[in-house]
Amino acid sequence: MIRGAAPAILAAVGCIALQALLGEWAFFGYLASLVGVNVILAVSLNVINGMTGQFSIGHAGFMAVGAYTGGILSLATAQDRIGVLPEVVSDQLFLVGSLCAGGTVAALCGLIVGLPSLRLRGDYLAIVTLGFGEIIRVIVQNTQALGGALGLSGVPQRAGFGMVWFWVFLVVLMARRLAASPHGRSLWAIREDEVAAEAMGVDTTSYKVRAFVLSSFFAGVAGALFAHFVPIVNPGSFTFVKSMEIVVMIVAGGLGSTTGAFTAAVFLTLLPEGMRSLFTTLGGGDPSLAQKVDQVRMPIYGVLLVLIMLTRPQGIFGTHEAWDAVARWRKKARA
Amino acid sequence: MRSILLSAFAALAVATLGCEKKTAPVEPPKPADVKPLEGKPAPAPAADTGDIIIGEVGSLTGSEAAFGISTRNGIELALEDANAAGGVKGRKVKVIVYDDQSKPEEAASATTRLITQDKVKLVLGEVASSNSLAMAPICQDNKIPMISPSSTNPSVTEKGDYIFRVCFIDPFQGFVMAKYAREELKFKNVAILKDVKSAYSVGLTEVFERKFAEMGGKVLGIESYAKGDTDFRSQLTAIKKLKPEGLYVPGYYNDVGIIARQARELGLKTVMMGGDGWDSEKLFELGGKAIEGSFVSNHYSPEDPSPQVQNFISKYKGKFGGVPDSLAALGYDAANVAIEAMKRAPDLSGPALRDEIAKTKDFPGVAGTISMNEKRDAVKPAVVLQVVDGKFKYVATVKP
Repeated sequence: MIRGAAPAILAAVGCIALQALLGEWAFFGYLASLVGVNVILAVSLNVINGMTGQFSIGHAGFMAVGAYTGGILSLATAQDRIGVLPEVVSDQLFLVGSLCAGGTVAALCGLIVGLPSLRLRGDYLAIVTLGFGEIIRVIVQNTQALGGALGLSGVPQRAGFGMVWFWVFLVVLMARRLAASPHGRSLWAIREDEVAAEAMGVDTTSYKVRAFVLSSFFAGVAGALFAHFVPIVNPGSFTFVKSMEIVVMIVAGGLGSTTGAFTAAVFLTLLPEGMRSLFTTLGGGDPSLAQKVDQVRMPIYGVLLVLIMLTRPQGIFGTHEAWDAVARWRKKARA
Repeated sequence: MRSILLSAFAALAVATLGCEKKTAPVEPPKPADVKPLEGKPAPAPAADTGDIIIGEVGSLTGSEAAFGISTRNGIELALEDANAAGGVKGRKVKVIVYDDQSKPEEAASATTRLITQDKVKLVLGEVASSNSLAMAPICQDNKIPMISPSSTNPSVTEKGDYIFRVCFIDPFQGFVMAKYAREELKFKNVAILKDVKSAYSVGLTEVFERKFAEMGGKVLGIESYAKGDTDFRSQLTAIKKLKPEGLYVPGYYNDVGIIARQARELGLKTVMMGGDGWDSEKLFELGGKAIEGSFVSNHYSPEDPSPQVQNFISKYKGKFGGVPDSLAALGYDAANVAIEAMKRAPDLSGPALRDEIAKTKDFPGVAGTISMNEKRDAVKPAVVLQVVDGKFKYVATVKP
């Protein structure tokens, strides 16, 4: 038990230390949080799209559920604190509560959406999840209590990048252990051949639903984190385009590879901001050049994606994992 | 200072048990907060002689790109004028514009970048209220003044005392139209058709209804529709029975066009009135002859005969081609208010600039004379336009 929790405790300490060291750099913190949220989304979507071979394109919908649930909860408890603890700790505890609640509600939605649609084979899940994402967005847009089309603002901005990256660590740990577990083996079997898996005694529907609920939970947490460092939660942030962005990340990284999803999420999130910095440096500090190319960033992003797919259709990592390579290299070094 | 506050708070916290309400009005900063820049080393003295950098965040791509580009053009023109006239305190003013792709999270990231990386003195933007709301807390926490050219939602400037706007807020238009209908058009009774789904429409209706009644008019009835409806005949029939002299429809152009058509089909010949939601070329496509003779309130009209407006228009035409829309005019005004404040301010620190912007009074903008009120919203006149031959024609200016 203690051995199992050791990595999480170590990671928590590491994240707190990083937050304390680098917390002063607002821009770095903001970018790191944005990257972290995208990594959580990509790695969690990889569980269902990559490992299980189902095709979900409504991840932004689950993210929205988590964002609004977590946001509303934190708004309601913004003035509360646990008396025995210092305010910072108490706030962070409330934050963790909001995050878990956001994840749980998203997971429930995942169960409701997944149960009927995952009994079927093929593209049905894609259609249902697409519909779900749009329904959530339209509901939010028309609900005054959630801020309507303008969005929810005033959510206490409690999530530092330390908290975000702690969850990144958790989701990667979950994905890695899942992939190596008997449960994960069944998921891989479903991905490779559903009929064969069923013939071998794998209860395909229940495995698919469990993977989907797990994936939705982390999407909800990612959304709730997002609500705690972006000053406004707006339905425009959870459109179909956002869902596709995440799908693009896992396809570019290699379907089924957790490290691939991780790398692609980091790379693709930093790319637009990186280009901005690059152009500013090239312009020799003259802002006018950076401005002129600012609008060209998106087409360049598109061209890069096309290039990745042309040169490496299986994605950057294929189905390989970075830690497998490390293990192999270690073995070789020992031999 | 912060650590003392924190430890004091911790001591207080240990003393009390259980879950309770926060007592201190001033919360100590949490690690998650965007840190104010105060603790940082002061900028190098060389910065006092170089260009003054201000920042702008706008939607240059994405769903609201047309708005963002107009605004940027207006701001560029204002800076060009200011630099040609000798700049501010003998230094040139430069603007760094970042695109936010019409997304709030990008707006927040661009604002953080402008303030922490580019060290701008002041931020201009955004057009869409939801994007401005994403930027406002960041500017407020870093004590950098922010001027929004055209976010009309009241909640934007409620975010803090560093947040300003140079346009009027939504409900003011309700007052303008009520005043014009009662005093100029001499209407005694009107009906209202509002969009229940839009905060904008509901806000305008509320103020119009109250003010019109206060001025001695009578609102005969209020009918509702929901954005995206295509059939308004039942509401219009009900309105026709009331026989109003005027019909106030504070909605968006896509609905208004259809409403006008169906009203005329039903033989409802009442004069229609609206707000700046009508402001689109599409209105004339959808409404055709049905909207002829209607009145709308708006921020500015290119037909305003004042020399300042005409001068702005000819300069804009020369540089960008085409007649500037109200967003360009408001962008121009926002930049000019900022430049004037920088000229008057003793130094270019955030608090000094904020105080000067707050003191803005009777500033002659192209989209009306601007005075800041205590809520940091601009108090300024609106124009009333009439639809004549498929175009908006300037008819009057209504003062607050």
